[in-house]
Amino acid sequence: MTAVLAVHDLHVAIGPRGSAANVLRGASLEVQAGEVRGLVGESGAGKSMLGRAVLGLLPANAVIGGGTIQFEGRDLLAMPEPERRSLLGRRIALIPQDPMTSLNPVRRVGAQISIVLRHHLALSKRDALERAAELLAEVAIREPRRVLELYPHEISGGMRQRVLIAMAFACDPSLVIADEPTTALDVTVQRQVLQLVERLRQRHGAAILFVTHDLGVVAKICRTMTVLHAGRVLEEGETADVLAKPRHPYTRALLAATPRADRPAEALRPVPPALIESLWSEAHRLDRLAMAGPA
Amino acid sequence: MSEILLRTGHLSFAYPERSSSLFRRPVMRDVVKRVDLAVPRGSVLGLVGESGSGKTTLGRLLVRLLRPTSGGIQFDGIEIGRLGEAELRPLRARIQMIFQDPQSSLNPRLRLGVTLTRPLQVYGRLKGRQDQRNRAAALLDLVGLPKGFVDRYPHELSGGQRQRAGIARALALEPDFIVADEIVSGLDVSTQAHILLLLRELRARLGLTMVFISHDLSVVRVLCDDVAILQHGEVVEYGPVARIFNSPQHPYTRQLLSAIPLPDVEPGWLDDANPIVPSHQQGSAA
Repeated sequence: MTAVLAVHDLHVAIGPRGSAANVLRGASLEVQAGEVRGLVGESGAGKSMLGRAVLGLLPANAVIGGGTIQFEGRDLLAMPEPERRSLLGRRIALIPQDPMTSLNPVRRVGAQISIVLRHHLALSKRDALERAAELLAEVAIREPRRVLELYPHEISGGMRQRVLIAMAFACDPSLVIADEPTTALDVTVQRQVLQLVERLRQRHGAAILFVTHDLGVVAKICRTMTVLHAGRVLEEGETADVLAKPRHPYTRALLAATPRADRPAEALRPVPPALIESLWSEAHRLDRLAMAGPA
Repeated sequence: MSEILLRTGHLSFAYPERSSSLFRRPVMRDVVKRVDLAVPRGSVLGLVGESGSGKTTLGRLLVRLLRPTSGGIQFDGIEIGRLGEAELRPLRARIQMIFQDPQSSLNPRLRLGVTLTRPLQVYGRLKGRQDQRNRAAALLDLVGLPKGFVDRYPHELSGGQRQRAGIARALALEPDFIVADEIVSGLDVSTQAHILLLLRELRARLGLTMVFISHDLSVVRVLCDDVAILQHGEVVEYGPVARIFNSPQHPYTRQLLSAIPLPDVEPGWLDDANPIVPSHQQGSAA
């Protein structure tokens, strides 16, 4: 198998020089063709930053301190900007977190989907709308032609998320970064959306890097998973193995902190603060080593 | 334990929908429909439903931020459904609410010491500056925050700490009854676990009676004695936690339970066993 995405030893810091916070500290991961990999961590772990680094959408005050991001064998970080931009939305796509704010409120759904198709695939206006209607039908939206004429506020949250999924798969990308795409949704809608993502992935043959804090979602849709904390990878492997026999104490602690509807709650345990502290102090020790440079 | 602290009888709420014409009588839209609940003193009732199910509206009725369209609410034997603001005032001290978003429910310009003791001040229960500081420190301690936080502003706190502050404020007047609306939804798993355990401990220590509103059944299982499942404003299933989770009777409850992704690998969970029904397609923003 070839890796669609290979992130190697990525360092990212955010903030003004001198007091920048390291959000990624040598994170590495690979996503193989057609694979769905879960990227799991709590807020502040750096999981969204890793996804944004791949997309080239880091905040303006972020500095990439080192490492490589290879997409289909080519280093995205060394690539000229126009070339990289031509990949985004076409070969690498994003399903964003917040369906409420990710669509333009003053443009119709159809116009927003077709702009992607017209830009990347050079379709005519009419062909693009035609294709947009097909895409909406693929994400189980009834009366797609009518929906193309609607504005985002006229459709429900679950439906908006499906529109965003349709847009992500519009140009048959080989990699989709899904950034917490179901966090804002109700459980039943979440399940429908996960089913759709899986169905579109199979049909379009994309690999997915699925960023989430929810181990339940990972268990259901990701074949492999990577656990991130303090910008470092603590554990990775097949989802079934990691969840059944977590090797890192942090992974075990995350599982113990997850409430389960199928069990009485006596077993619920928060992540021990001592464990978190030791992970952070270890991270900072590594930062100091890195700053001192190779001896 | 068996004494009922809060009881509702056919509690209903409707609001007028935007009318198509200025002169036509507006159509009323039912949001809460004939809800009968009975919350024993010292117990926690979970209210579960999806967005649009009316659970937040029901919570707001229980604390009388809204006035019922019909039906009644009995609190400690007193009918409060029709009471006016003046008559409600002494009762408000005994009924408190914890809000979903601590970011927007704590005044950003006030130090925690002031925010937490504001309810005491409003009810004239503060004896000067020193008393205020002491009470604030005691409240912070109660929810596991350092006493030094009296001088902090909300923006200096993490999400979990802010939610603890929200809980502390609700406890300031030593209420009998608390409605907590989605208070752990925005939190990380470990922060969420900390808050849930804190509530469990507080309830044991202070004998709190609570209504805990959530869309997440797994969270409800941690904390609640009883659960009421709400769909389109109606209670479709209601009973002890163990019964509802072990043998759910209503199809909607089963659907909710089966949709929860448990952290176990389960091939076939994503198959179209229940085909994708674009249910509330026409629904506008929640």
